[in-house]
Amino acid sequence: MALAPNMPKSWRAETKPHKFCPGCGHGLVLKALGECIDELNIQDRVVFGCDIGCSLLSWDFFNVDSIQTHHGRTTPVLTGVKRARPDRICIAYMGDGGGYAIGSQHLVNAASRNEKITVILVNNCVYGMTGGQMAPTTLPGMKTETSPYGRDVELTGNPTRGPEMVAAITPPSAYVARGTVANLRQLKKMIKKALETQMNGTGFSFVEALSLCPTNWRTNAKETWGFVEKEMSQFFKVGEIKVPESKEGK
Amino acid sequence: MADKPVKGEKRFFVTGNEVVAWAALAANAEIMYGYPITPQNEVMHYWTRLAPKYGRRFLQTEDEISAGFTTVGGVLSGARAFTATAGPGNTLMQESMSMAEMMQIPTVVVVQQRGGPSTGTVIYSQQEVTMTCFGGNGEGFRVVYSTGSHQELYDYVIKAFNTAWKYRIPTFVLGDGYQAKMRESLIMYDPEERGIQMVPTEKIVGASGVPGVDREPKHLRNTYNTEEELYKVVGDLAKHYWQVAPEIEEYEEFDCADAETVIVAHGVVTRAAQGAVKELREQGKKVGHFRPITLRPFPKKAMEKAIQKAKEILVVESAEGQLAKIVKAEIYGSDIPITGYFRPGMGITAEEIVEYILNKG
Ligand SMILES: Cc1ncc(C[n+]2csc(CCOP(=O)(O)OP(=O)(O)O)c2C)c(N)n1
Ligand code: SF4
Ligand SMILES: [Mg+2]
Repeated sequence: MALAPNMPKSWRAETKPHKFCPGCGHGLVLKALGECIDELNIQDRVVFGCDIGCSLLSWDFFNVDSIQTHHGRTTPVLTGVKRARPDRICIAYMGDGGGYAIGSQHLVNAASRNEKITVILVNNCVYGMTGGQMAPTTLPGMKTETSPYGRDVELTGNPTRGPEMVAAITPPSAYVARGTVANLRQLKKMIKKALETQMNGTGFSFVEALSLCPTNWRTNAKETWGFVEKEMSQFFKVGEIKVPESKEGK
Repeated sequence: MADKPVKGEKRFFVTGNEVVAWAALAANAEIMYGYPITPQNEVMHYWTRLAPKYGRRFLQTEDEISAGFTTVGGVLSGARAFTATAGPGNTLMQESMSMAEMMQIPTVVVVQQRGGPSTGTVIYSQQEVTMTCFGGNGEGFRVVYSTGSHQELYDYVIKAFNTAWKYRIPTFVLGDGYQAKMRESLIMYDPEERGIQMVPTEKIVGASGVPGVDREPKHLRNTYNTEEELYKVVGDLAKHYWQVAPEIEEYEEFDCADAETVIVAHGVVTRAAQGAVKELREQGKKVGHFRPITLRPFPKKAMEKAIQKAKEILVVESAEGQLAKIVKAEIYGSDIPITGYFRPGMGITAEEIVEYILNKG
């Protein structure tokens, strides 16, 4: 089957169209990732791990070896692969619940140990797969299935700013950034730099992507983009937070 | 604060998850701790909508390890506290429930079983029997009620709080994805109006007075220095457990008195088993059904009585022999052959059981 012209080479055509809801951001992030894999020419070396969350739908998304792990456990599984086979390029793909709630201890410890893996985390402000409960990233006042009267930060704390946290506990050789599906060119650059950081063997690399969940936000197309471009981007500042010092500079 | 959540007796037609939330409210549960997982989510969804109206509280934790341990903390401080989970979440709660077993902490956990192992399915199974009865590095000092209808979900969630607090044993209500998601009619009631007294809770820590002055301080532990010390503690736990077990055990039996074939099934599968017995009896077959309601402690004596005339025992379950393993251990010494109709993660109908029994001759 011939690939549509805009489909990354590393995508698995047989599993397209993908199974995310219409208007979902996961497909956009995976497109940026696919293009990075193509451009870096690493399809033969990548081991891809997806979490349980809507990211699980990507278990057969690429023509690369892929592991569907448990909710929150993608970081340690891929760390295990990397430690045993340092020549592999390990990508852990997860949601905000998977990375910042149940898997937060793994994220913190992998970052602290400066594991040479790449974590890509999709921030959609909710638990998508389980039907729209509050996530660590749910915005103040935002209504979800478990914050039906709006998120009360007095009771539940403030939304997690993951990249800022990861940046604070990683050494200068790590790469940390927050991108958004509203700026795919920038997001792609970030993912590419993250993968290069891993390939250079300098340190941990982490990219959070602000994403879309129209299904659980219950928004139409216009409101969906408005939410990510305004509300989310206001609270979660988009940009590079930590860039490895260049080797030459040492 | 609004008054009682449930007044008088009212018929409802709702999902099992909604039933669990209402039952916990009616039982005066003060706080729920939880983490989202299908097919349990709506327990939390209803609880978070209803609880503030009745002055109750909720905490969404970062995972089920935390949900289990926050429940332990809530219970130790004297709150009638509970959590609800399923599948991989149940796995993560085993650590805290092991602590609850050791330290006699009256936690209540509602489990809506889903398909496994691993993430499996979010739909239905009876594959969490072994884990719920015997999980953790413990001895299974737990009470596990396996419900088969929405009415039972309501009744046993209320009862679970009383069993837990009366006997100081961690108590589980074992439902499943079908019961969680299905709509069915039931009668909700205020326990008190039915003469059910809620067993009072106790501030195991944090009671009033200055510790060491007005009262003894509480020094609770789960670590021991010598084999003898631990042996004594576990021995006391065992003694307590087996002493109260006969009061806790519950079961139902259907046409077992003269039955040559006894079907053993629990939870929602009891319905299929009851249907099969009815059908096979109409065909003149001597078939009966024994249903343990408490999987822990298991109603061993009642089962032994139910199989007195049996020439064979057929264990029917939506798992690969988890109930069968318990049954075999419990009736050890009997020479009645035991076989199984095992459908891990699959629903089971009465027709299927009838056909299986007729075909196997
Ligand atoms: C131990 C465990 N607890 C809970 C779940 C249920 N669960 C599946 S996906 C999910 C949340 C997914 O949210 P997120 O990680 O933000 O990913 P999204 O679906 O939003 O992309 C949860 C709680 C599970 N599978 N395993
Ligand atoms: S529920 Fe949300 S995150 Fe999941 S596939 Fe649908 S739109 Fe995407
Ligand atoms: Mg999410």
